[in-house]
Amino acid sequence: MTHIIFFKQVGEFAENKDIARDIRVKELVPALEKGENIILDFEKVEGATQSFIHALISDLMRKFGNGVLEKIQFKSCNKTIQGIITIVVDYMQESTN
Amino acid sequence: MKIHIPNSAWLNSIDTFFNGFDPSDENELNVTFHKRWMSIHPLVLSMIAALGMGIEPKKIHCEVLEAKSKHYLERMGLFNFLGINSGININKHESSGRFVPLTQIKTSEELSTFITEMTPLLHLKPIHAEPLRYVLSELIRNVLEHSLSKNGAIVSAQYYSKSNTVRVGIADTGVGIWKTINQSYNPPNDLEAIRLALTPGITGTTQKLGGTEYNAGAGLFFIKSIATVNKDFFVLYSGNAMYKLLQRTGKRISLHADPFEDRHSKRDDLPFWHGTAVGIDLSLDDTQEFSLILKLVNETYNQAIRDRKKEKYKKPQFI
Repeated sequence: MTHIIFFKQVGEFAENKDIARDIRVKELVPALEKGENIILDFEKVEGATQSFIHALISDLMRKFGNGVLEKIQFKSCNKTIQGIITIVVDYMQESTN
Repeated sequence: MKIHIPNSAWLNSIDTFFNGFDPSDENELNVTFHKRWMSIHPLVLSMIAALGMGIEPKKIHCEVLEAKSKHYLERMGLFNFLGINSGININKHESSGRFVPLTQIKTSEELSTFITEMTPLLHLKPIHAEPLRYVLSELIRNVLEHSLSKNGAIVSAQYYSKSNTVRVGIADTGVGIWKTINQSYNPPNDLEAIRLALTPGITGTTQKLGGTEYNAGAGLFFIKSIATVNKDFFVLYSGNAMYKLLQRTGKRISLHADPFEDRHSKRDDLPFWHGTAVGIDLSLDDTQEFSLILKLVNETYNQAIRDRKKEKYKKPQFI
């Protein structure tokens, strides 16, 4: 199990896409390649941009298919962050189906 | 180049200010002012500062200011950006204003720091800070990623108590929207490029649905949506074109994938702005819950993708 705690890296507002990409490339992709499950933990994070979430997960959906969502759990997301994640997940599925 | 600050330049009447811009002779800048009181949007300041950054201070000529609002210009840092001594002394420790002075942002790290430090300056409640932080972050990141401007983004913002509004201006002197979008699409002119840039799922980096691993083509659509739902003005000026989202009327809220279906005005005959300038007013009286905005964005975005997919469907041949 890979557990990513965002607050330590992005503070209360997740907007830096470079950090999102680094997490994806260095931690999420290797974990998924090993068949591990992932927890993306947004505790204490108050907001996120669509750009950040897109840079974090869109390529995972493209590389591993939409089934990758069964391996990823989003933890402690407030309503806003849930909304942004839902938008990215939905448009990626609309785009690939 | 010549630029004149009229006595009033808010987003609803910003065309007059744009019209007064003379982009000829890019090695010199002449700034003139209305003689009396000036009421100006931060977009005006950001644009002038952005122009000034590309010119040697000795080639910047600034008319002697008579207007009372010269203190405001000094406080917002305009003369500092232009490398001009205004002769005005401001006590920097005074805290009567709620504003973000002109700030240059060139890197992702500078942007993150700016976003963290900016919100307390405007003393906003979380419901208001959330869309502002979002809008600024996405707009400035657009500049850093797409404009190729060596001076980055120039940003300023001001809270106006009378209208209970935060006004924001961001300008760059980069390649402009047409050139960015033209990497993947072929818009015939600046206005069509702006239209594409505001359409969900359209990015200059690819024609692929869903975008690239790094860009989805959603940023400007999100911002236009925030402005639409909250009944705010939103202006985008690039090349010789301008798109202005007008305030929504009526109670029913609907978002459109095509910005030309929103209540708007547009121009394609303005003096050429080398780069992109964006202004937005965030009215604090009409701020809706961000989660409501996201729900509407999701519906519109996905419908836009379905429509674009449908456009590519093969059609039966009836003979």
